[in-house]
Amino acid sequence: MASDSAAETLALREQFDTEAQQKDASTLGMWIFLITEVMFFGGLFLAYTVYRRWYPAEFAIASSSLNAVIGAANTVILLCSSFTMVMAVRAAQLGKRDALIWFLILTLILGAAFLGVKAYEWNEKFQEHHVPGPTFHLENAVRQGPAQIYFSLYFAMTGLHALHMVVGVCLLTFLIIEARRNRFSAAYMTPVDIIGLYWHFVDIIWIFLFPLLYLIDRHLGK
Amino acid sequence: MITAAEQEREHYLNESYGIKSWLLTKDHKRIALLYLATVTLFFFIGGAFATMIRIELLTPQGGLVSSETYNKLFTMHGITMIFFFLIPSIPATLGNFFLPMMIGARDLAFPRVNLLSWYLLVIGGLFALFAMLAGGVDTGWTFYTPYSTTYSNTWVIATAIGIFIAGFSSILTGLNFIVTVHRMRAPGMTWFRLPLFVWSNYATALIQVLGTPVLAVTIVLVFCERFFHIGIFDPALGGDPVLFQHLFWFYSHPAVYIMVLPAMGVISELVSVFSRKTVFGYKFVAFSSMAIAVLGFLVWGHHLFVSTQSVYAGLVFSFLSYFVAIPSAIKVFNWTATLYKGSISYATPMLYTFGFIGLFTIGGLTGLFVASLGIDVHVTDTYFVIAHFHYIMVGGTIMAYLGGLHYWWPKMTGRMYPELWARLSALVIFLGFNLTFFPQFILGYLGMPRRYHTYSSEFQVLHVLSTAGASVLAVGYLMPMIYFIWSLRYGKLAPANPWGASGLEWKTPSPPPLHNFDETPIVTQEAYDYRGVIGEEVEVG
Amino acid sequence: MGRLSFVPEQASTFAPGVDHLLYFLLAVSVFFTVLIFGAIFYFAVRFRRRSERELPHPPHSGLTLEILWTVIPFGLTMVMFTWGAKIFFSESRPPDDAMQIYVVGKQWMWKLEHMEGKREINELHIPVGRPVKLTMTSEDVIHSFFVPAFRTKEDVVPGKYSVTWFQPTKTGKYHLFCAEYCGTNHSRMIGWVYVMEAADYANWLRGGQSGGSLAESGAKLFQDLACSNCHHSDNSGRCPSLVGVFGSTVKLSGGGMVTADEGYLRESILQPNAKIVAGYQPVMPTFQGLVTEEGVLQLVEYIKSLGTKPAAPASGGPR
Repeated sequence: MASDSAAETLALREQFDTEAQQKDASTLGMWIFLITEVMFFGGLFLAYTVYRRWYPAEFAIASSSLNAVIGAANTVILLCSSFTMVMAVRAAQLGKRDALIWFLILTLILGAAFLGVKAYEWNEKFQEHHVPGPTFHLENAVRQGPAQIYFSLYFAMTGLHALHMVVGVCLLTFLIIEARRNRFSAAYMTPVDIIGLYWHFVDIIWIFLFPLLYLIDRHLGK
Repeated sequence: MITAAEQEREHYLNESYGIKSWLLTKDHKRIALLYLATVTLFFFIGGAFATMIRIELLTPQGGLVSSETYNKLFTMHGITMIFFFLIPSIPATLGNFFLPMMIGARDLAFPRVNLLSWYLLVIGGLFALFAMLAGGVDTGWTFYTPYSTTYSNTWVIATAIGIFIAGFSSILTGLNFIVTVHRMRAPGMTWFRLPLFVWSNYATALIQVLGTPVLAVTIVLVFCERFFHIGIFDPALGGDPVLFQHLFWFYSHPAVYIMVLPAMGVISELVSVFSRKTVFGYKFVAFSSMAIAVLGFLVWGHHLFVSTQSVYAGLVFSFLSYFVAIPSAIKVFNWTATLYKGSISYATPMLYTFGFIGLFTIGGLTGLFVASLGIDVHVTDTYFVIAHFHYIMVGGTIMAYLGGLHYWWPKMTGRMYPELWARLSALVIFLGFNLTFFPQFILGYLGMPRRYHTYSSEFQVLHVLSTAGASVLAVGYLMPMIYFIWSLRYGKLAPANPWGASGLEWKTPSPPPLHNFDETPIVTQEAYDYRGVIGEEVEVG
Repeated sequence: MGRLSFVPEQASTFAPGVDHLLYFLLAVSVFFTVLIFGAIFYFAVRFRRRSERELPHPPHSGLTLEILWTVIPFGLTMVMFTWGAKIFFSESRPPDDAMQIYVVGKQWMWKLEHMEGKREINELHIPVGRPVKLTMTSEDVIHSFFVPAFRTKEDVVPGKYSVTWFQPTKTGKYHLFCAEYCGTNHSRMIGWVYVMEAADYANWLRGGQSGGSLAESGAKLFQDLACSNCHHSDNSGRCPSLVGVFGSTVKLSGGGMVTADEGYLRESILQPNAKIVAGYQPVMPTFQGLVTEEGVLQLVEYIKSLGTKPAAPASGGPR
């Protein structure tokens, strides 16, 4: 007999035969989605690679105008948030509702903190006239054109990343609400799992962005 | 024989009524029909632009429309046909409907994502339509910089947003298909028992998932440059306009395989059913699909041979472009060999199959011309290229799409289409198509550039022939539109398996029930096994 | 024009080779088209369905056949690749003694300049039998310089120079088309290439106003823009002498080396701080916006004319 929708549960939707099949499919789906995200960011990384090779001096000067300490702090915040996310997933696997909710909240707070710091940094760039446009000027850079290209890529890449963080924060909110409604158990915690994957991915993107944007030629000193 | 009881039977079309049951459906079969309506609408919009183009090109100096308008016409023809018709067409209509059934599943892995894909196509289409109605866009579908970022004063951003959103429709469909094929095959349905239509759509899905995001980020950069006046592609700021071309074609070359691989999958099905034989060289055809998907990502630079790309890059891309031709050739030979000692029917789907194999052969062979550096320097950006890709997209993909529609129409709707009219339109389309596009090969080699509103008078005769062909072709496309709709009400009721086909979709009634199968099938046979399908066997003489 | 033809006139040394490759490709294509169409037609008739109950049982795979129809097409395509690559390679290497013409494309016209200073719009007069090298750039969007009778085409890109060359073999008048969509009047950005006998070309060159050679105009610009204030020919200024710089290898601060070709000269004028000569300060202002692309070409020709002689405006310049 075909399963009718009344019998459909969160853990076993009608198109699947077993709960394991559904979990497998969801996880594979998220991995494929993350691969598309790699290709999406990849275009920007390609443009960065090409232009850094052509304009190494301007890129180094522009990069040194960023505050590496704040950038490093943000990196630490995100790494911690990945840790709390892992703890949340673990709590879900063990069926510990309260721990799950607390860790999700912690992750959300850390994510929001990251976004707050980013907003502060962007505002600083705005004040310093490092935003591409008619008022752009980077001190010490002999050619302003390539310096603008650096900052165009800076805002595009960190902006796209921040957008993904915002989506992540919304997803975490959704998870917290659902967790409070007792939707998850040791038997069914797939959304926590796959959103966790997404969160780690956004973290990994930042791990690449931080050195590429903030640390160009820092080791050479001033 | 359809009994009265059968006519009362509940199936996916009558199990619920009302607009909400369609707009909020999770059923892959209904979503396929939603897509069918949408892509058909866009096909006729794109066709309307083509009609205006061909009429304008009857005379060397034009005269019906201004140059600004003409430039918008060919741009919008390309955008509509590529992003809103060809890319979704076969995967989102026939693939959506039949991929789950072919593997013995009740639906795709993610039905709600499937519905979201359709909504994304519609929303993207609305943006593009808005741009067209508000004044149009004139950058060419390839929107090269700096014309598109700095110089064009048309609705570039609105169009770009529309394509961006439609791109996500494509990505999500691809994602859905990949997970479905990996995780939802019925017991016994091993990879090498899959119908080749599934293999083709799987290979297509890989391209959709890996290539489309690069187009998306390229569109984001064009948007930023146009809106915020940043200088990624602006030479005055040290940016490189040719970088745009690399990013654009990195997606847009694989995109042409998104457009043709599903069509090849349809042809594999049709050539088998209507020869009543398994496809010759099944594994070779399956692996060729995968090879095309992989190699397709390595050849984008053949669109940049005269773009100031380095000579050595040109050599590499030309070399690799010949590699990607080989799997397609293998498929053509295998399909032809399938006919040998078969039991050949001349039903309409088979007529489209013959047409496809012939026209795709010509289109593919002319690909060898443009892959050759020496020839391409002369013919790139001329009508030769236009003829080449229309032979594949129209002579190939659209014919396969029509063949598939005719083949699966009884299953989708429970009705037969009128066979005589269908055969006639197939013939009209074949003749009209060749008359439209063959002269364009000659036009191109003679030197007629593409995207030209006005042209030198010695090219007129060939243009007139081409326009004559286009009018015949237009009639050929209108005919199925009419008789398909007619058949919904007046067509003969269709049995479960009118063609004597193998394949799990033919083991369900026409139209199928909501959940496709009463019980998950257990597969024990190889693909294309016709024993037992047609009753008592008679050896072929 | 009387006879029906499917190829344009052959008017350059490239054209016969390209057309021969075309004929080869056509022959292969006709062969396979006839083969496939023929096979389909024959099989469809010979094996048409005679009874609804027929069930064929022939073999459905054959490794030999698969190998055959993989290897043979592959071999043919490798011939096509090699042949086309050879033509392409020679098209990318202008001979050293080629006559130089400068081209600036802009919406929607072609501006061409002869070394001797003669300028044309949408027309190019050249002598038969001599190689001609075009150095091209765009003032706005991407265009493409296409002469079907020569079988040559090359994009014209803003921000850089691109090069194409040909050697005309037949006098006559040949279409020049822009072949990269560039906006409203793309299809009107067309003109003619006039290939003339050497004597007629010499006459043509002499006629009309003489505005001085490109190098002479460049010398004038060099003074007008005050380049000579810094670039002294005896190296006594704040900037390197330009005598003999064209074609030489320049050592850059930061350690690299670069060959001073046309592109380097252009970049040095428009983006002077892109590459700093070793031992000098980055004090040169940019002339972007102060000089047109044509002006840049004139300055480039003037600098080329400096050769190894002391800097004095030389008409024509040593080659």
